[in-house]
Amino acid sequence: MKHSRTSGFRVALPFLLPSLVGFLGFSVLPIIATLFISMTNWDGLSQLTLASDFQGFMKDYFVGLQNYKEIFSNAELYQVLSNTLKFVVLYIPLMLLVSLCVAGILNSKAHGVGFFRVVYYIPVITSWVAGSLIWKWVLNPQYGILNSMLSSLGIHGPQWLQSPQWAMPAIVLASIWKDMGYFGLMLLSGLQGINHEYYEAAAIDGANNVVRFFKITLPLLTPTIFFVLIISLINSFQIFPQVMIMTPDGGPGGSTMVMVERIYKHGFTYYEMGIASALSWILFVIIMVLTFVQMKLQNKWVNYDD
Amino acid sequence: MLLPVEWIPQNPTLEAYYKLFTIPNFGTSIMNSFYIAIVCTALRLLCAAMAAFALTKIKFHGRGVIFGLYITALMIPAQTTFIPLFIIMNKLNLLNNLNAFLLLQMFNAFAIFMLRQKMLTINDAYIEAATIDGASMWRVFFQIILPLCSGTLAILTILSFMDLWNDYLLPLVLLTDRTKYTLPLILNSMQGQYSNQYNLMMAGSLISIIPILIVYICAQKYFKEGLTVGGVKG
Repeated sequence: MKHSRTSGFRVALPFLLPSLVGFLGFSVLPIIATLFISMTNWDGLSQLTLASDFQGFMKDYFVGLQNYKEIFSNAELYQVLSNTLKFVVLYIPLMLLVSLCVAGILNSKAHGVGFFRVVYYIPVITSWVAGSLIWKWVLNPQYGILNSMLSSLGIHGPQWLQSPQWAMPAIVLASIWKDMGYFGLMLLSGLQGINHEYYEAAAIDGANNVVRFFKITLPLLTPTIFFVLIISLINSFQIFPQVMIMTPDGGPGGSTMVMVERIYKHGFTYYEMGIASALSWILFVIIMVLTFVQMKLQNKWVNYDD
Repeated sequence: MLLPVEWIPQNPTLEAYYKLFTIPNFGTSIMNSFYIAIVCTALRLLCAAMAAFALTKIKFHGRGVIFGLYITALMIPAQTTFIPLFIIMNKLNLLNNLNAFLLLQMFNAFAIFMLRQKMLTINDAYIEAATIDGASMWRVFFQIILPLCSGTLAILTILSFMDLWNDYLLPLVLLTDRTKYTLPLILNSMQGQYSNQYNLMMAGSLISIIPILIVYICAQKYFKEGLTVGGVKG
């Protein structure tokens, strides 16, 4: 580019202005307000004077770091984190594999791909309310389709949503069903961005499909895979409706308690808006640290050269 | 329950659909949902593409810092910003106003991030060639960069339309006047009153899915376009 770095900002500003205004007004301001609420024992029901009478509001409800102390001294947080870890470890590799396959199928020129594009997308547009009802039926230990399939293979299926060991894997299964079309679609956009000349050149050199996949497709797909990994890790820490509907009240033995579900419970069932806000900040910091680690590691494997 | 299950109804009828439109504000709620989904999607994509363009194709100090800050916005759990957003919209006098949702589209970290990933793969030689020919940055943006991103924009259109069309919690917080309700709000408010009328609930759910399917089917035609537009020999 011909612009020098200082005059560059003047060129960039008109392009950046809307997003900067939106960012400051509707992301930064709310999260700062949440920080203040997290240091109060406000119940969320009493008068909303945070904006009109900030000092009065803080004087009435301020409790310092009390909420954070309470959260860190309670076993709940550690159970939530270990449940989330279980979800992440199962969900991310499986989801990536399945959605890569979906993208591969959608990208092929086989007959009926247009039909499959719609079929894969139906779980994505189905609301979690309907999706969870379907999965509760599929996973039913006695009458469910999954256990009857397993028993025809001679395997005695687990209790799924009623079992502390299997409730989270069941949630993972349902989440992959719902998300594979979503991430498959993103990976498809990456696949279609790959220049066909590379494949033609490889074909002339006599490279087979496996070599072509690992030497061309995968390296050139890394920017999209990186994006999918970041988004899916953030989403993993924020899973909510499926857990809430399939395993209400934290699941068997609290095995499906997760962060956003706890935030919702504390904020809108127990009316402890201060605890809920503090939990949000803890979640925010955890996700931030993990994402920045991923950002730092990207130079080691993401390939931006076309 | 009657056994055996009757999979294909003996007397199919569209009565439930006629009945839906007799529910107060049902028709208006569809118009409200269309307004929010269409105008907000357009605005979200335009603002995000402008931001992504500035963050990838214009060099300036602090570019990386701004992108880093934008990404942190993805990590804020949405549910926790609703009460502060309610307070802010109240201050701006935008409660019960559909345009409140327009303001929120100026910044969308997800769309910016996705478009940035795409724009990073576009060769700068396109822009250099155009600026040497005297094109302004706005022309470069609208006539070169946007067409090259059309595949990503198509996917973002689908995702944004779906998000905005299905959004339930935020409209619930910001809209209390029934004439301003969106379709998910009306459908949910029906649950108490009509909960035993499965035909009505299912008809309503189907109506709510159709626009997303149409957008999806229309937008997928554009996936492949923009990938074959021009080229720079290296």
